[in-house]
Amino acid sequence: MATIEAKDIHFTYPTGVEALEGVSLTVKDGEFVAIMGQNGAGKTTLVKNFNGLLRPNKGEVLVDGISTRDVSVAKLARTVGFVFQNPDHQLFSETVEEEIAFALRNFGFDEATIEKRVRWALNLLDLTEYRKTSPFMLSGGERKRVALASVLAWDPKVVILDEPTIGQDHRQKENLRQFIVQLNEQGKTVVIVTHDVEFVAECNPRVVLMREGKIVADGVAKRILTDTTLALEASIVPPQIAQIFGGLTFLGLPSDVIDVSEAKRVLVEHLRGSRR
Amino acid sequence: MSVFEGFRFRHVTSPIHNRDPRIKFLFVLAIFVIAIFFMELLPLLVLFFVPLPFVWVAGVRREWLRSLRGAVFLASFIFVFNFVFGYLYRSYPSTTILLEYSLAMTLRFLVLVESFSIFFLTTSPDHLSLALEQSHVPYEFTFAFTTAVRFVPVLAEEAQTIMDAQKARGLELERGNFLKRVRNYIPILIPLIVSAIRRSLELAEAMESRAWGASSKRTNLYVLRIKAGDLALLVLAIGLLALGIYVRYFVQIPQLSTFLPQLPF
Amino acid sequence: MSVIETQSLTYAYPGTRKQSLRDVTLTIERGEFAILTGPSGCGKTTLCRCFNGLIPHFYAGELKGNLKVADLSVNEHTIGEMAKRVGLVFQNPENQLFALSVEKDVAFGLENLGMPREQMQERVDWALEMTGIEDLRERAPHELSGGQQQRVAIASVLAMQPEIIVFDEPTSFLDPLGAQKIFEVISHLNKKLGITVILVEHRLDLAARYAGHVIIMDEGKIVLDGEPRDIFNSEQAWLLGVGIPKAVRLWRLLEENGVVLKGIPINSDEAVQYLKEVLWRR
Repeated sequence: MATIEAKDIHFTYPTGVEALEGVSLTVKDGEFVAIMGQNGAGKTTLVKNFNGLLRPNKGEVLVDGISTRDVSVAKLARTVGFVFQNPDHQLFSETVEEEIAFALRNFGFDEATIEKRVRWALNLLDLTEYRKTSPFMLSGGERKRVALASVLAWDPKVVILDEPTIGQDHRQKENLRQFIVQLNEQGKTVVIVTHDVEFVAECNPRVVLMREGKIVADGVAKRILTDTTLALEASIVPPQIAQIFGGLTFLGLPSDVIDVSEAKRVLVEHLRGSRR
Repeated sequence: MSVFEGFRFRHVTSPIHNRDPRIKFLFVLAIFVIAIFFMELLPLLVLFFVPLPFVWVAGVRREWLRSLRGAVFLASFIFVFNFVFGYLYRSYPSTTILLEYSLAMTLRFLVLVESFSIFFLTTSPDHLSLALEQSHVPYEFTFAFTTAVRFVPVLAEEAQTIMDAQKARGLELERGNFLKRVRNYIPILIPLIVSAIRRSLELAEAMESRAWGASSKRTNLYVLRIKAGDLALLVLAIGLLALGIYVRYFVQIPQLSTFLPQLPF
Repeated sequence: MSVIETQSLTYAYPGTRKQSLRDVTLTIERGEFAILTGPSGCGKTTLCRCFNGLIPHFYAGELKGNLKVADLSVNEHTIGEMAKRVGLVFQNPENQLFALSVEKDVAFGLENLGMPREQMQERVDWALEMTGIEDLRERAPHELSGGQQQRVAIASVLAMQPEIIVFDEPTSFLDPLGAQKIFEVISHLNKKLGITVILVEHRLDLAARYAGHVIIMDEGKIVLDGEPRDIFNSEQAWLLGVGIPKAVRLWRLLEENGVVLKGIPINSDEAVQYLKEVLWRR
């Protein structure tokens, strides 16, 4: 059963900017989707329609079959968790544990469940030692984890992450990538909004490529990120491995390679094969 | 709030927009002073119509009307206040005169709103800050003003993002009694304030890195020069002021109420 | 000829026990394009703040060791004096722009220095041209995209004609295409005008191709300092988890499997070239 369905939605901001022009998209239960495109293509606007923060001017968005127009944001949030780009836009509590408990209290969980969930979320994001620490005392990367923990705490079916890799160093991105993949493998529907092609290249999810308020491509990362025409059209920079293989197609090598391990495998096999 | 809409500057040019803000300010000040001279309805009515041609020429009719509309609440309060207290304390010979007086006071307030509104509508913030700088206001104040104006849209956007982020965690801003609603704004205010503090630190770093305070004689890329049109406006302002003084002291101002039937109560 | 020289530079922010810089010794040659990288919290931002005098003058605390930037000793000169020789471009584009028009923002530093108007106008025009944003002259900063804002920030620093410009993660908030454009502008300034560039970056995939010198920091210390290819090939760089370009990773993996390339490619073009030679030979 489809979890999120956008049916030909149009959205224009009060300032007059037409952010979405006829977007149709279905995200099924348990999928891992990366919404990609240049800054300003409409990615964040699109996902904000998934949890009711924005409601389309035309068309409708169904979450588990119910139109977002008929439900409040608070109610939709139970199903669709949204982790914003900048954790400092969320953090306000005196301690990390209170921060994580915030949403749980809003949703009306009882104290015993809250305690359980808080402990679980702290553990999941490696934050147990900071339980009683003020979130403002933590480093940037730690604050990001607190924000993530506070959303995962209520175990939403869908998790949307808006540009989760900004400002992160390589190792932090690696950890985040593994974490997200794990979340998805455990059954969560994961939607990430990102312009980080290298990040996406390493996990090969479904990619929905946007440009100027429309979806221009929708398919597997391998196929979409290696299409040079699409890359030009959507103004994205293909992953470095794709660029390399793009220059080697005349040698009969496959063109849909985007991650390093597969690149190595393909090249080694090709060389072993031609040695015969 | 619509009263603020009326004061916001838009990117338009007109002979009024191009006038030196210092002269424009003096003009508005002249109107303000003249308005204070009079408690009678007739001259205030005339004064009310004086800025209208400027509104027309500057092409800011819609915004200007919006600012007046925003002032209606306070204006009606002034009217009611004057009328009711005047009536209760019987400080006026007749009700019609009291009516005229109350209207005059309301009109005086509106004259102030309309003239300042035109000033802000036709003066861009950078023009204004330039005028402040050239009027020898210490640069720290001008800079604070310009930076504040520059960041208003940024902060507004950030406030919206913060509200969205907290709503997405189940925060309901419209529910609950008054006390609960006030408490619900804490998750909005704290991130906003913390962010503002962080932002000012970053701004300070950037300012220092661009030699803030390096020279005691700060120069300016732009300079305001008084042109023919500005002189004309200045002459007009002085003329109006002189006329106002003349009328105040030498002309008998008729009461409108003498031409109207007396009210029964 | 060196333009930045540090010796045993040590610093802790006031009120903290942990040292953000520990015994940092490094040399930057005039006209170089150096990349400074390392895991979050390694001290790269702190080091940048030392280069233009924010440390110790803005941040207080004691800066121990020697630091000479463009022949000026940082401890003995104000930030204002340093600003004429070394500029600093920050991470967040929005928080570096104060004025209500691009032109006024670019002139900000010059106004602070008390430069006469005609000279200022020339400098502003020149800086706008060098960064390719003349058409944005009259625009308000809030209307601009992140990439455009960063170019305005660069122009405002450039207008003061410093010998050195330090860029602290200037592309963090930009998409890859925007980042590429910024790197191109920076490279242009380095090659055309001979400005020494120090670029703090995580996105080595995009930036490595421009650098002649790579410095990696960790926990306040310099752990690697040398030519890009040597650095990217070193064991330590791999262990630190720095964002080594994919081309280099591929080279490493191939080498481990017996496929040897002519050299270490640090961008896709070089990788294609080396791979072609190997694959054609078969």
